[in-house]
Amino acid sequence: MNCPYGVRRESQKNMSLLQVRDLKTYFYTDAGVIKAVDRVSYDLKEGETLGLVGESGCGKSVGALSILRLIPNPPGKIVGGEAIFEGKDLLRISEDEIRQIRGNRIAMIFQEPMTSLNPVLTIGLQIAEALELHRGFDKKGARGEVARLLRMVGIPDAERRINDYPHQFSGGMCQRVMIAMGLSCNPKLLIADEPTTAVDVTIQAQLLEVIKELTSRLGTAVILITHNLGVVARHVNRMAVMYAGRMVEVGPSVEVYAHPRHPYTIGLLASVPRLDQPRKERLVPIDGQPPDLIHLPPGCPFLPRCSRRMERCSVEGPELREVGRDHMVSCWADID
Amino acid sequence: MTGQYIIRRLLIMIPVLFGISLIIFTIVRVIPGDPAVVLAGPHATKDVVDQVRVQLGLDQHPVKQYLLFIGNIFKGDLGASNRTGLPVTKEIMARLPYTLLLALASILVATVFGVTAGIIAGVKQNSKFDYLSMLIALFGLSMPVFWLGLMLMLLFSIKLGWFPSVGAESFKHLVLPAITLGANSTAIIARMTRSSMLEVIRLDYIRTARAKGLSEKVVISRHALKNALIPVVTVIGLQTGTLLGGAVLTEIVFAWPGIGRLLVEAILSRDYPVVQGVVLVVATMFIFVNLIVDILYSYLDPRIRYH
Repeated sequence: MNCPYGVRRESQKNMSLLQVRDLKTYFYTDAGVIKAVDRVSYDLKEGETLGLVGESGCGKSVGALSILRLIPNPPGKIVGGEAIFEGKDLLRISEDEIRQIRGNRIAMIFQEPMTSLNPVLTIGLQIAEALELHRGFDKKGARGEVARLLRMVGIPDAERRINDYPHQFSGGMCQRVMIAMGLSCNPKLLIADEPTTAVDVTIQAQLLEVIKELTSRLGTAVILITHNLGVVARHVNRMAVMYAGRMVEVGPSVEVYAHPRHPYTIGLLASVPRLDQPRKERLVPIDGQPPDLIHLPPGCPFLPRCSRRMERCSVEGPELREVGRDHMVSCWADID
Repeated sequence: MTGQYIIRRLLIMIPVLFGISLIIFTIVRVIPGDPAVVLAGPHATKDVVDQVRVQLGLDQHPVKQYLLFIGNIFKGDLGASNRTGLPVTKEIMARLPYTLLLALASILVATVFGVTAGIIAGVKQNSKFDYLSMLIALFGLSMPVFWLGLMLMLLFSIKLGWFPSVGAESFKHLVLPAITLGANSTAIIARMTRSSMLEVIRLDYIRTARAKGLSEKVVISRHALKNALIPVVTVIGLQTGTLLGGAVLTEIVFAWPGIGRLLVEAILSRDYPVVQGVVLVVATMFIFVNLIVDILYSYLDPRIRYH
């Protein structure tokens, strides 16, 4: 199988920050092998924001956690592929080297802000840890920097709140703390795994604005994992759609929104209300259920739910192919 | 943690101890056997027995006896032993240091070995160390104390001659009883620590700590341990309470002069004042240990604040 992105002149011109190639992460359970991420490839340029979209269990989070090798092992294991970041293959460097990158060059924020912070340690200590580890701060100096970071993400009365514990913060505030922690070492890449799913709608918008504003100011690239297509439309340059552990469509978000080429992407977009189009009578759901990742059928995983199926689809699965400028899709059907 | 909270907890002790005194006062009198008969001896005439009963004040109405008992407590007087005639407080004070020493040594052994083994077993789940330590813990849980005591004595005192078998004269005398008494607690603490560690290590904030680039050592010692120890502290507290009051078998096997043995001797001779006194002292210590555990909690877990 060829690397679909391998020869693109585009990415060579615009300094590629992260190149993920044929990433495979499997989970070995008693019931069988779950191919949570299967031959996923994508590129990320410096400063770019990539939206990773798909329904629950499609492998978005696992794919992102794999880059930092944070998959719980056992049962999970990265079985193949590469993730080239600043010239190093993150999947092959030593444990010490990947630790140098975690929280420093690549930071991550998670879905549940309330449970992602340690309940028995102060906010200040938890942020200062990364500063002392990666930026050589001493305890005293770190304190001032923590206060600056907290102010940066919009936490009022930052100096006083350094000594507070996570339970003294609301969910939205905890996520701001996570953002401050994530950006504390000026990372080149921030992976935000559904950062707004657990907070209410008004807070969601605020948090996304904070992330967007700060990362563009710092020139940080972002992988924004979400199942919220509205978030993607508003905040990302490019979007990648995943289904059943595979990448089904990648492209500039404007392009994918306007001309989705994969039946799954088309289905996804038809199933959410849109303000930019005339109001329809009903939203159209995608029929059927996502497949069982242990017993994937041969050929295309989307086949049972697909409206454009062909004979070929049940025999061999399609690979990503270029269908437009920087726009790739893995489908045998030619959809315009 | 406020001083007010501690004062309130101390005040709550008063009704609790009243309840305990009433229960123990009733229970000793319900046990078959007459202290006067025991004390007077098997060949005493009825007149002698009656005389002894009057001496002991047991001819009085039970309510009056209880009120007298309570009234004396407030004066710091737990009565006099039926057997020796010595003040109960004196009898207890002579034995209590030995019990405290043994209990604290045991819980120290149990905490150090139990927590250490539990952490390693939890962090290295399914490793050889994990299997081996949990197997040993299973032995520790299921082995009768007197049997373990005898086996240790057989090996270390009689065969190897490293430690004395009985008595309480030196530090060396403490080693075998402390291990014997602490074995069970060690096993309980090790298993608790392991399962707590396993639970904590899967939580989101541990992933956050790893995502920060912290070394596994820091992740475990700073992020996992403090959280994992919260339930372990409860178990250690409960074990301490138990060890303080219930070292009877160990004390008998090693001829250790603690209050466990005093209690058994007192029960056998129906020495009501001593039984009541010992139970009250043990109960008081138990309540104090609980209070200390609760205070420790608030240091470990900032979400717990007492008002």
